[in-house]
Amino acid sequence: MELSGGEILVECLKSEGVDTVFGYPGGAVLHIYDALYQQEQVNHVLVRHEQGAVHMADGYARATGKPGVVLVTSGPGATNAVTGIATAHMDSIPLVVFTGQVHSALIGNDAFQEVDNVGITRPCVKHNFMVKDVSEMAETIKKAFYVATTGRPGPVVVDIPKDVTDPKVKIPFEYPEKVAMRSYQPTEKGHSGQIRKAVDLIVNAERPMIYTGGGVVLGRAGDELTHFTQKLGYPITQTLMGLGAYPSSDKQHLGMLGMHGTYEANMGMHHCDVLIAIGARFDDRVTGDLSKFCPHAKIVHVDIDPSSISKNVVVDVPIVGAVKSVLTEMIELINQAGGAKKTKELEAWWDQIEQWRGMKCLDYKWSDEIIKPQYVVQKLWEVTKGDAFVTSDVGQHQMWAAQYYGFNKPHRWINSGGLGTMGFGLPAALGAKWAYPDEEVACITGEGSIQMCIQELSTALQYNLPVKIVSLNNGYLGMVRQWQEFFYSGRYAMSYMESLPDFVKLAESYGHVGMRIEKPSDVEGALKEAFAMKDRLVFMDFQTDPEENVYPMVPAGAGLNEMILV
Amino acid sequence: MRHIISILMENEAGALSRVAGLFSARGYNIESLCVAPTHDESLSRLTLVTSGDEQVIEQIVKQLNKLIDVVKVQDMADTAHIERELMLVKLQAFDAVREEVYRLADIFRGQIIDVTESSYTVQLVGPGNKLDAFIDALGSIPVVEIVRSGALGISRGPRGMLIPEV
Repeated sequence: MELSGGEILVECLKSEGVDTVFGYPGGAVLHIYDALYQQEQVNHVLVRHEQGAVHMADGYARATGKPGVVLVTSGPGATNAVTGIATAHMDSIPLVVFTGQVHSALIGNDAFQEVDNVGITRPCVKHNFMVKDVSEMAETIKKAFYVATTGRPGPVVVDIPKDVTDPKVKIPFEYPEKVAMRSYQPTEKGHSGQIRKAVDLIVNAERPMIYTGGGVVLGRAGDELTHFTQKLGYPITQTLMGLGAYPSSDKQHLGMLGMHGTYEANMGMHHCDVLIAIGARFDDRVTGDLSKFCPHAKIVHVDIDPSSISKNVVVDVPIVGAVKSVLTEMIELINQAGGAKKTKELEAWWDQIEQWRGMKCLDYKWSDEIIKPQYVVQKLWEVTKGDAFVTSDVGQHQMWAAQYYGFNKPHRWINSGGLGTMGFGLPAALGAKWAYPDEEVACITGEGSIQMCIQELSTALQYNLPVKIVSLNNGYLGMVRQWQEFFYSGRYAMSYMESLPDFVKLAESYGHVGMRIEKPSDVEGALKEAFAMKDRLVFMDFQTDPEENVYPMVPAGAGLNEMILV
Repeated sequence: MRHIISILMENEAGALSRVAGLFSARGYNIESLCVAPTHDESLSRLTLVTSGDEQVIEQIVKQLNKLIDVVKVQDMADTAHIERELMLVKLQAFDAVREEVYRLADIFRGQIIDVTESSYTVQLVGPGNKLDAFIDALGSIPVVEIVRSGALGISRGPRGMLIPEV
């Protein structure tokens, strides 16, 4: 079969099982779009901005675990995609992003819509390629999917000069069945001696703490983690990225840890004697001041990425390997050891934890007059029975979503944890809804964030993606305002947004349903009404308490035991 | 501490910029960096000199290994090795100074590779500290320019850097 570069690209996508490409056409990718147009197997979702395309593919990838695929044109198409690529990179999300490039003969000539895509994206991708000749197309795409989805996943950019997809140049096509790279061979199986050493430490712990992150979700190891944790009977805390891998409603779960984590989780971290870190990377928002971090603990760290180990915190038992495989081996050894030692110390540790839990650090002041944002999230949980896919943007609402929507399943909580990208929530929600049209998808956002990718409301109409937008509108860039209140004596520099649009009319003008909710007593009814409209996108503009803060909080530079509770 | 790190990379366009970009993005030092093809056309070998404490060097090695095009990384400090660097020094050399430069070059086993009425150019090979010592020994002799290749390293003994099989 003789095919052109554009046709080869499409055939490669079919071979990879790709059902959808999120993208936006332009000059350099016209040949590819022409090839896409002439087939029906691979769908294309036309976004309104390339950043939206990448976030949508990202939401799709986080919800399904499959790689998200993006196609954008050269120059501004590619630069608009960069924020999305960096977002995926920080959270290790598998994406394959095809960027158009000017004709090979023009590269380096400052041609129309030319930028150095490979150069610009290099620091924010797992890897990138430029296809220099049509004969390299199939193998490069095979490698791109392989690199994106194996080891620690991440985005891969494939830059394609226009002449490489010239429909007049046809070559025989065969998709390589396998790919092997001598320079890239990620470790899957952990070192058995290290695993044995770790288990020995774990079963003999007196004040153990399990600390897990996004690696468990990405590694599809939720079941193994749950089994491991319940077998041991130890307390567990999950990072922002890890939420849902272990059911939040279980009594062994102490909630999220870190800057806006629970008191019990952070105190547990600070006082534990054995810390079991699984698929987490000791991010600064988690550890607080490193010199005060887990001062009494021996640390076991399981991670697929060797460079994550001992990067921020030097650990005692490092294990490089896939979380799923390492946990499976650990469970077997724990069974052989007869489980954790049921000691008096362990019992006393749980008593201590229950005391910390008794502080009820997530309680907030109720008001009959003004809507509390936390209450909206709690009601959203009730109305959706805790089973929706929930995306968020970045700021206070993101923290409230993480704190008050108790995720019981992995892949349901979709947020930009690493890069903290405002504008992520709506397109990510559309990507999740595209993947699971029969599931409820909610985007928890704020009036600041939602305006950063608001144009995707138009995409939602075109492709009938009836997500529910829960906007916690407090009239401020809330997290900025909170920090200004705490650390800048209340000088609210540029954190107030005047002249907000009428979001109800805005939603309506995009062909959707808008609601404005002002009273606490209307919250539940509005949510029920919105979710009853199965086939409509509903924009709920909740007017919330402008001065509400996210508590508890570990101020930047403090230790985890130095929390501000209210 | 100063470390010489040898890197075998796939001989692809942009390989050097991946390494240089990694060092600048993560704030690591590069004292010198040297890149050239090897006997295997598919590979290029980078030798870089960096410094940092144990934890930093460990991260550097890990981060280099994480680059998809990197085939093999070796910290030369982990093994018995030989370090060599090439230096070319152009000096102003009149009258009695000519004799002095000639003697110094001889002591350091250097060669004079270019001569004019007013200058000598000396070529010197050795580990970095030997080259530094030569520059110190020049004292007040005026230097026109110095060009150094950056350090190269190779392990002692019969074995080379092992390339992983596919």
